[in-house]
Amino acid sequence: MLNASLKELAAGLAQRKFSSVELTKLFLGRIKALNGKLNAFITVDEERSVGQARAADALIAKRQAQALTGIPVAHKDIFVARDWLTTCGSKILSNFVSPYDAHLIERFNTAGAVLLGKTNMDEFAMGSSSESSFYGPVRNPWNRDCVPGGSSGGSAAAIAARMAPAATGTDTGGSIRQPAALSGVCGLKPTYGLVSRYGMVAFASSLDQAGPFAKSAEDLALLLDVIAGFDPRDSTSIERAKEDYIRELDKPLSGLRVGVPKEHFGEGLAPDVGAAVEAALAQLEKLGAKRVPIELPNSSLSVPAYYVIAPAEASSNLSRFDGARYGYRAKDYTDLADMYRKTRAEGFGKEVRRRILIGTYVLSHGYYDAYYLKAQKIRRLIANDFTEAFKRCDVVIGPTSPTVAFKIGAKTADPVQMYLNDIYTIPANLAGLPAASIPCGFGAGGLPVGLHLVGNYFAEARLLNVAHQYQKATDWHRREPAGLQ
Amino acid sequence: MPLTPKDVRAIAELARIGISDAEARTIQGELNNIFEMIGRMQKVDTEGVAPMTHAQGVALRLREDKVTEGDQRERFQAIAPQVEQGLYLVPKVIE
Repeated sequence: MLNASLKELAAGLAQRKFSSVELTKLFLGRIKALNGKLNAFITVDEERSVGQARAADALIAKRQAQALTGIPVAHKDIFVARDWLTTCGSKILSNFVSPYDAHLIERFNTAGAVLLGKTNMDEFAMGSSSESSFYGPVRNPWNRDCVPGGSSGGSAAAIAARMAPAATGTDTGGSIRQPAALSGVCGLKPTYGLVSRYGMVAFASSLDQAGPFAKSAEDLALLLDVIAGFDPRDSTSIERAKEDYIRELDKPLSGLRVGVPKEHFGEGLAPDVGAAVEAALAQLEKLGAKRVPIELPNSSLSVPAYYVIAPAEASSNLSRFDGARYGYRAKDYTDLADMYRKTRAEGFGKEVRRRILIGTYVLSHGYYDAYYLKAQKIRRLIANDFTEAFKRCDVVIGPTSPTVAFKIGAKTADPVQMYLNDIYTIPANLAGLPAASIPCGFGAGGLPVGLHLVGNYFAEARLLNVAHQYQKATDWHRREPAGLQ
Repeated sequence: MPLTPKDVRAIAELARIGISDAEARTIQGELNNIFEMIGRMQKVDTEGVAPMTHAQGVALRLREDKVTEGDQRERFQAIAPQVEQGLYLVPKVIE
C-alpha cells in the first residue's frame, strides 16, 4: 500500500478493501518509525488526522467520495491550517497556532483528504537544502548524510521515504522542483497565479507558487485538479475556466517538439547528471518526440535578478513579524524599537536575516532603479527568451539541478554557492511558467537525478502528459531508497 | 562600491534587526560577495525594456469597498503575545 498510486488508493477505499482510518494509521506509523532519522515532519497530530479519516470513511460509506477523499496528504509548514501549529520553519512562528485555513488547505478539506502532518522546510522557504529550519535539517532518504534539497525538503523526503502518498510545497526559485530532483520524487510548480497564495506565508509574492509532490505524474495531475482555481482573496490569482489535468495524460508523444537549451548543458553541470538527462532525452525521442536545439541567452542573469527581486519582496513581506500581534516576542526590551530589533534578531535565522538585509538595501533610497527596477527589466528579457523558444518547441527539457544531492553542511558557509543550485529552476519562476521535475536516473553515490520540464503558460496538462508517457516507458519513479528501516 | 560595516549597521537599523559589531563584519563580507554576483546584471543593456511585475501582465484586482469578514477579534487575539481589553499591548510609544 505504501507504493500504491493515488488512483489505486482511491479505488481501494471505494471498494472498502481498507478504510481511510487504516490508511492514515499506516502512514502515521511510518512517520513515527522514520521521522527520528529524517526529520521530515515538524508537526504530527494523530488524533486530529484520524478524526478527519473517520469523517472521510463516513463520506465513502455514503458514496459521496471525490477523487482524494480519505487520502492522507502532508503539507509544507508554510500553509496555515486552522488549529495547527504553522511555523514556516522559523523560531518567530514557533508558537503560531493558526486561526484560519489557507485556500489550499480548504481545497483539500473540501475534497475530503486527510491532513497527515506539517513538513519541515528551510526557514521562510529561503534555501535549497532544508538545513536552515529552526527545527533542524531534513535528511535525504537516499543517503542521510546528504540534504534532500529545499526549501520544501520535508515534503520531498516524506514522499521518497513513503511517509506520505502525496504532499504539497511552494516554489519561489525552485523549492518544489529542486528537492523533488534531489530526493528522487515528482514535483510540479504550476503557472504563476494558478493556485491561490491565500494562507501561504509570503516570501516573494511575485514569484511564490504552490504545487504538489507525488510519486508519479499521474498523481500530480490528480492533486493539481484539487488545488488549482481562482480565489478572490489572492489579488494575483488568475480568473480562468476550470481545467481537467488528467485529460491529456494518455496522449502519445509523436510529433512533440522538445526544446533543449544549450545554456543548461554547459559549464557547471555535473557529468553524471548530464548523462542521465541525455538518456532521458533519447528515451523521449524513442517515444516519438523531436529534439529542437533552443537558446535561452539571458539564462545566466536569472540568479542575479532573482537575488534582487526575491529578497526585496521578502524584506517587505517579513516586516509583519514584529512581535506585536502574534508569534515570538523577545523577553526583555527597553522600548518599542528595541522590542522590534530584539524580536527580529532572535526570531529570524541567519539566512532570513541576510535576505532581509539584501532586500532592505536594494529598496532603500537611491538604489531602487539600479537594483529592483533593473532586475524587473532583466526578468522581462528572461521571459521573452521563453516566448521565443515556445515558437519552436512545446516543452523545454534539461536538468533540474546541476548536481545530485550534496552533503549536509557542504554549502552553508558560502551563500553564493548555495544560490547557484537553482540556476536551472529560477528562470521558470521569473517568467511565471509551469515546470516539473521527475526522476530520470541515478548519479554519483547512487543519488537520484531530476529531469526538468518547462511548459508554456497554463500548459500543465501537456507537461504532465509528457511526464506520464515517459513514466510509462521507464521505472525511475518507482525506485525507492533502501535500508530505511 | 563595497559595503562597510557601518553601511551594514545602517541597513540593519532600517530593517529593525538588532546586530552586533562582530556580526556586522561577517555579514559585510557575505553581502559584498552576493552583490558582486548581482552586479553582473548591470552590464546588460535594458534600455527601453518594460519592467515585468506579473507573468500575465495582469493588474492587481480591486474589490468593492464592502465588509466581507466577520468579527473574529477574540480568535485572533488568542495567539497575541500581550492583549488587554481587546487591544494589543506594546511598550509605550508616546510619553
